[in-house]
Amino acid sequence: MMKVAIQGIGLLAPGLAGWETGRAVLAGHGSFQPGEMPDPEAALLPPNERRRSSDCVRWAVQVAQEAIAQSGLDPREVPTVFASSGGEMGVLDTLCRTLATPERVISPTLFHQSVHNTPSGYWGIATTCQQSSTALSCYDDSFAAGLLEAVTFVHVEQRPLLLVAYDLAVPAPLNEARPIAAGFAVALVLAPLSDAALATMQLHLTETDQEPASHLQDLALEQVRLGNPAARSLPLLKALATGGSERVIVSLLESQQLLLDIDSCRH
Amino acid sequence: MSANVQPITPLTLTAYTLVTANGRGVGPVLQALRGRRSGLKPCDFEDVTLKTYIGRVEGLEDFSLGNELERFDCRNNRLAWLGLQQDGFMVAVAEAKQRYGAHRVAVVMGTSTSGILETEHAYQARDLAGSLPAWYTSRYRYTHNMFSLGHFVQVCLGLRGPAMVVSTACSSSAKVFATADRLLRAGLCDAAIVGGVDSLCLTTLYGFSALQLLSTGPCRPCDEDRDGLSLGEAAGFALLESSERVSRRGAVALLGYGESTDGYHMSHPHPEGAGAIRAIRDALARAGLRPEDIEYVNLHGTATKANDSVEDKAVYSMFGARPACSSTKGWTGHTLGAAGITEAVISALCLTEGLIPGTLNCARVDPWLKSRILRENQSGSLSCVASNIFGFGGNNCSLILGKL
Repeated sequence: MMKVAIQGIGLLAPGLAGWETGRAVLAGHGSFQPGEMPDPEAALLPPNERRRSSDCVRWAVQVAQEAIAQSGLDPREVPTVFASSGGEMGVLDTLCRTLATPERVISPTLFHQSVHNTPSGYWGIATTCQQSSTALSCYDDSFAAGLLEAVTFVHVEQRPLLLVAYDLAVPAPLNEARPIAAGFAVALVLAPLSDAALATMQLHLTETDQEPASHLQDLALEQVRLGNPAARSLPLLKALATGGSERVIVSLLESQQLLLDIDSCRH
Repeated sequence: MSANVQPITPLTLTAYTLVTANGRGVGPVLQALRGRRSGLKPCDFEDVTLKTYIGRVEGLEDFSLGNELERFDCRNNRLAWLGLQQDGFMVAVAEAKQRYGAHRVAVVMGTSTSGILETEHAYQARDLAGSLPAWYTSRYRYTHNMFSLGHFVQVCLGLRGPAMVVSTACSSSAKVFATADRLLRAGLCDAAIVGGVDSLCLTTLYGFSALQLLSTGPCRPCDEDRDGLSLGEAAGFALLESSERVSRRGAVALLGYGESTDGYHMSHPHPEGAGAIRAIRDALARAGLRPEDIEYVNLHGTATKANDSVEDKAVYSMFGARPACSSTKGWTGHTLGAAGITEAVISALCLTEGLIPGTLNCARVDPWLKSRILRENQSGSLSCVASNIFGFGGNNCSLILGKL
């Protein structure tokens, strides 16, 4: 059994631009209006890096910087975990189009941006952080796998960690293989238990599958949850927005579940 | 980070296996190391016309995954399947599954490009409307998606514990050892299958060519005239269990690991090797060892100008010129996301066989390198080996293996 503190939250999705906005919507204090796709500034990126950066990088850095700012921690001291089902699908689309031409002349910049740890690399460049950084995937359960890796790290190493989960809209024709229509990015700063917590979270990994995974009553938000792997975080975010104590269940593959007991701290 | 790093309980490599261009299983790899026979040949992959050498695994084109594994069929998973069949690995996993239960065995795999070759082929087969073929779209999840390899290995081995794929470019299948250790220490599993598979594809061949990092001949790590890397492909796996549960005198174990990033550039290493030094330092701290305890360093040694000189700075600053150092990429090529497990298994073989491979294809060691770079094989008892892996995004991992 592992219990950690949540010290910072970042969120970005259509209609959920930033944790303050998102928290109000998820707590039922405002209606969910998806509207336009956000175009995050990711102000932490140096201008020349931002110019070359992919959408994934800007979305991931945007939520990461929001969560880190809330935590008050120095990003150079915080290891990271980045979770995404498919990573740089937009970059891969461009590369595969080029590789289907007779010349196959691909851009060196685009090539090194095609790796799954591209946002991790840019976060490191933006913050000059030299801590451990892992990038992982578990298809639709990438958020759950990232959360498991993150909580486990905090538990065994007894130090804070930044988790970022993101998946962006997949461009045509690749969306025929992986239909993700809208982007979603979330970041959590997790830490050993302390007074500075927004909430505590106890994680229990279970193989039983008796209860279904938590879902959202709001049909539009439930569609978001089902439509993007990173949005599988929404029931957890809703519990954090609502406050109080709640158990959230997140699926990890068909065989396992994460039972998350959330307890909001009132100061 | 070292101040916070505590020694870990060693993890026994109960079983391990490797398939590279040198052959299937650890036997052919060992023979190639001893006989100093490279697996690198002039590039004959598909219709690629680049002037370079590759470490291609023979026979991947000649079979396909059948029956219930058909949906996973792609070059990367065929290579994974070949790897699982070698060295009695499936039997060892079945025994662990018997001991602990399918839910208590984790699968942590590393890859950088997964089954991207399928997507490359599918883009070449788009119809006039620009749509992708149905044979591809229905199987994307099982072939190209980054988790495909983890899913495939879990299905092949009949396991139901935590599973994930780590994808941090070249450091992927070194970092799987760290993730597995955390899962084991937290009590979320009793055993872990770690490993990695990366296979040849157009993206990496033309990508490294675009970066002007491909050698025109077989790569020459640490050579004064080295001119770049040779790409290879490999599948490797290891079964990890706590040495408190499974311990056999002389068995190979993971003693420590260190993970870091450069925070510097996406494709150039930090000029002073700052991230690499952090990774090595943390690996030593977790192993509870001093630099002088390390007898052999298996270098990342890609044979690019930048990697070998920056890695040399880091290794020399940590170890001085005392331990023997070499790169084994002249045998296998750079197997990218599989490099971590490839070189971990080679390090395990060095420990069990008392072999230190001299750097293949290195005719004259670059006089600017200060570490003790070995050119010829040496034999003699070994007890502690360090293996370095560095990747794009400035992602570093150092492993320390030793004998119990």
